[in-house]
Amino acid sequence: MAAAQAVSSARRHFRSLELVLGLVLTAGMGLAVLFSGFLFPDGGESMDLMARLTPPFQSLAHPLGTDPLGRDVLARVIVGGQISLTVGVLSVVGAVIVGTIVGLVAGYYRGIAEVLLMRFADIQLALPFILLAIMFLAILGTGVDKIIFFMIVAQWVQYARLVRGSVLALRDREFILSARAIGVGNGRIIFTHILPNVLGPIVILMTLNVANNILLESSLTFLGLGVDPLIPSWGGMLADGRTYLQTAWWVSVFPGLAIMFTVLGLNLLGDWLRDLLDPTGQTSR
Amino acid sequence: MAGFILKRLLQAVFVVLAVTLIVSFAIRLSGDPAIMLMGGGNVTEQDLQNIRQALGLERPFFVQYLSFLEGMTTGDFGKSFMGGTPVSMLIANALPATLLLAFTSLIASIILSVPLGVYAAVNRGRWPDQMIRILSLVGLSFPNFWLAIMMVLLFSIVLGLLPPSGMEGPESFVMPALTMAIILTATNVRLVRTSMLETLSQQYIMVARSKGLRDRVVLYKHALRNSAIPLVTYIGLQFGGLIGGIVIIERVFNWPGMGTLAFDAISNRDYPVLQGTITVLALFIVLINLLVDIAYGLIDPRIRTE
Repeated sequence: MAAAQAVSSARRHFRSLELVLGLVLTAGMGLAVLFSGFLFPDGGESMDLMARLTPPFQSLAHPLGTDPLGRDVLARVIVGGQISLTVGVLSVVGAVIVGTIVGLVAGYYRGIAEVLLMRFADIQLALPFILLAIMFLAILGTGVDKIIFFMIVAQWVQYARLVRGSVLALRDREFILSARAIGVGNGRIIFTHILPNVLGPIVILMTLNVANNILLESSLTFLGLGVDPLIPSWGGMLADGRTYLQTAWWVSVFPGLAIMFTVLGLNLLGDWLRDLLDPTGQTSR
Repeated sequence: MAGFILKRLLQAVFVVLAVTLIVSFAIRLSGDPAIMLMGGGNVTEQDLQNIRQALGLERPFFVQYLSFLEGMTTGDFGKSFMGGTPVSMLIANALPATLLLAFTSLIASIILSVPLGVYAAVNRGRWPDQMIRILSLVGLSFPNFWLAIMMVLLFSIVLGLLPPSGMEGPESFVMPALTMAIILTATNVRLVRTSMLETLSQQYIMVARSKGLRDRVVLYKHALRNSAIPLVTYIGLQFGGLIGGIVIIERVFNWPGMGTLAFDAISNRDYPVLQGTITVLALFIVLINLLVDIAYGLIDPRIRTE
């Protein structure tokens, strides 16, 4: 018994460590990126040609060094985060809106719409998204808006399924039946009685998908299929840095670390949220 | 059982139809292949017309789609815009390199993640478990191509041990396979751990323990075997992600597989090759998922009734 208690207390400490680390990483990166315009008014574009290829940790003016054009790596890493965070957040918000509405309707009203949705979802989840995205972006041309659009198209199904499942579990519960018995309308039941009860799993899935989409965006941009190479972005910096890995390793190391810290922070938060809001594991992966 | 297989088969057919329809539609959006084929040089409208005729481009989309499907069943994906090599031949040359990478890294990651995951589950909540969990979370948090670049930095530039790219011998194989194996292990460790924890809480494990069997026997003969079934499914479902990852990694290491073929096709605007590559990879993923599903249904009767 004592051993079990020790384990569960160790687990609690670990959980709070997870939360603290997750918050520090996510909030730290988020705030730095949010205020990047204020911190680096030049947008990471100004070239200090006298200080080309400065290694990191050697000059106060360029703490993380400079690239072969003399641009400050720290400034570009922080400014480059704007793209990643924008894509991550907007794609998830879009997918949540579409998925939640479809899931609520399908789960609440049932019928043929639900059957069609579930069959469609099964098929869509089996499609190799990365490959199809690569092909579409190669043909249609690249751009942040297109990436966000594809992510929404690929991911709304996840939310629709999750919401539908939760609605099915709720719709015949007593508090819903009593609401209906006293004459509450369908719309009001859905939005004030059902939706608040499915928020937990949705928030978990959102957190993990923001993390996922940041990785996805950086991959597509690295491949030259994402963000315009002239705009600073993590994937773009890595594609650049790779060509002079031999002379300036730091240009490839720091954008990758920035991705890792951001995504790790979000993953830690997602894990912590899952323990808190979804102990039975609807959203486990 | 026959009903279950039939249902899964039917679903797979729909997925294949959806994939091929999307791919054909996307290619259609690329514009007029006849103009691209001639490179905008000194051509008359009559020349273009002749090419369209020869490629069957003047037919409606649906008819073209059907003939693409028909060609697919015989392995005919058309000819490359660059030099007219049959697409199927290019794919036959590239596919083995990609599959070699896929299966080696999959096997390596199973060898790595099973002991680690079992160890974490047995020590649930103690520090080895937490170390393994944090490390696997870190492994899920960077893009695979960055790990590939860091490998090149370490093994080729700093240590000078391995060739940075190409396919020049067994040494060329180490970094691509290791990169994918590490990425896969980060996911698989978590799967093994969760699956083991669930099995270990079952009553038959308690029975095995209480009749005095040794821990090792309980762990590996009773628990791991029963955890293996869901694991196989999860790992099978990852196959799509694995192929997607390899396509990107190939770019970093210049590995002559399907990814390199696809990206060369993209930069050359060689759409028949792009179409063929994406279709074949997608078919492969659907096929693997189907086989895993059926295998799972055969092993565990509970799945069939779901």
